[in-house]
Amino acid sequence: MATKMAAGHTLPREEGPVQLPLPPRKRPNLPDYSRETLMKYLETAPLDEVDISDPIYWETNAHGPFFRRLRDEAPVHFTAVNADRHRGYWSVTRWADIMAVDTNHQVYSSDAHLGGITLFDMDADFIMPMFIAMDQPKHDVQRKAVNPIVSGSNLAAFESLIRSRTQEVLDGLPRGEAFDWVDRVSIELTSRMLATLFDFPQEDRRKLTYWSDISTEDPELPGALTKEERQGVLLGMLQEFTQLWNARVNDPEPKGDLISMLAHNPATRDMPPMEFLGNLVLLIVGGNDTTRNSITGGLYFLSKNPGEYQKLRDNPGLIEPMVSEIIRYQTPLAHMRRTALEDTILGGHRIRKGDKVIMWYNSGNRDERSIENPDAFIIDRERPRQHMSFGFGIHRCVGNRLAELQLKILWEEIMKRFDTIEVLEEPTRVPSAFVKGYKKMMVRIPA
Amino acid sequence: MAKITYIEFNGTPHTVEVAEGVSLMEGALQNGVPGIDGDCGGNAACATCHVYVDPAWVAKTGTASEMEEAMLDLADGQEANSRLACQIHASNDLDGLVLHMPATQH
Repeated sequence: MATKMAAGHTLPREEGPVQLPLPPRKRPNLPDYSRETLMKYLETAPLDEVDISDPIYWETNAHGPFFRRLRDEAPVHFTAVNADRHRGYWSVTRWADIMAVDTNHQVYSSDAHLGGITLFDMDADFIMPMFIAMDQPKHDVQRKAVNPIVSGSNLAAFESLIRSRTQEVLDGLPRGEAFDWVDRVSIELTSRMLATLFDFPQEDRRKLTYWSDISTEDPELPGALTKEERQGVLLGMLQEFTQLWNARVNDPEPKGDLISMLAHNPATRDMPPMEFLGNLVLLIVGGNDTTRNSITGGLYFLSKNPGEYQKLRDNPGLIEPMVSEIIRYQTPLAHMRRTALEDTILGGHRIRKGDKVIMWYNSGNRDERSIENPDAFIIDRERPRQHMSFGFGIHRCVGNRLAELQLKILWEEIMKRFDTIEVLEEPTRVPSAFVKGYKKMMVRIPA
Repeated sequence: MAKITYIEFNGTPHTVEVAEGVSLMEGALQNGVPGIDGDCGGNAACATCHVYVDPAWVAKTGTASEMEEAMLDLADGQEANSRLACQIHASNDLDGLVLHMPATQH
């Protein structure tokens, strides 16, 4: 018999060092921080002077020239500027080096207690273990608990539901007037899918979007929740999910949803509450931000590449390779981080035990050593599936096939309905070196 | 050079010639055999070239490395004769080898 969980507010909190407010971020002294100014700066700035984890480079989408220079001049490079904020980090920017790190689980750890899988460490007083931030063997058994929901046979069962929802969302879009594609399509579709996977009340699905957003939000940005507020919201989320868990844990058989699967699987049914919360955050962010931003990115790239848009109109059979190309070109998660478990050598540099190593997938996906003409968006590439956006090795994205299916169906249904969708202005972007995405993109479908 | 027969999940066979030393994942892609993706390019790092080695051939194809095992462990429908095609290379010894495909790659 599996056990019910205590409500969120009785959680044992892990003790950690008191975290003082971070010192202010050092930024280059520039007349302004527009995309043009930042890109020009990154073309020639001394490499050691740049802290590319600064959200300003991502909000403006200005980071490209810096990563090209790192790939060419310093493919394994240590950033010390602002080390009083992030301890310093190694940037790995070439495809082959990223592959080497991603597949060496013995040396490069994902463990939450060492900081986890993002450049900025998890809050030491609020560690949320989750299987992406675990090493073997525990990672494997927990991942396998959720794997069946995105297996080939299960996806086939989801297909008609995804299609009818997509049709409903697209048929409800206005004609001849401006609207926000992110809100009306990208968030709408991904939140409905996520609510289905969790069997979470559909009417509350935007809560999932909110929790996903605050989980990855930079707490220092203007208007962001404080650390304490954020933790409070996450504990509230835990409480809501604990009710769902308790309602399902004693069913004689697990149902097909993720909560039920976690509550019934021997590998996960006795998880401490913070580990349940961690895995929820993983599944919500993993199933939400990524597909959402590829949905927006796809339309943006086609609008910027009218020749490719025309290729698609002429041959809808290109949707499948295009979906992979969208995911490569977007790279919805810009990086994953590892922590060295021992001293090692990478690209001729000595990496010390405890060092942070950042695999910049956005850079690997633009590495001309591995991908021909990587800066171009080409929907009929010869080998479109060879991209890094899902990561490699045991932490490779578990939901990759679901993401591809959602995007494929979306574009099939779009092409049946709309000859063109006009992007009216540059999208606003998420200020984050982790979630590479869009906040808003105004579009119009001609009447 | 080895003649390799890839049998799709629906039973359709594809017999192709794969040059000495070339991986059987590459052999499938180069010859347009459907059902093998090879997303990672041959690093045993994605498990999208999952195949079942025909029981008669298991002894000749060798055994999976630790990394390959770890990736197969995360694939759908892993069996005792599961392998990643990128980790098996064509040779005279494998002339006539038969590989069966899973329903889907994960």
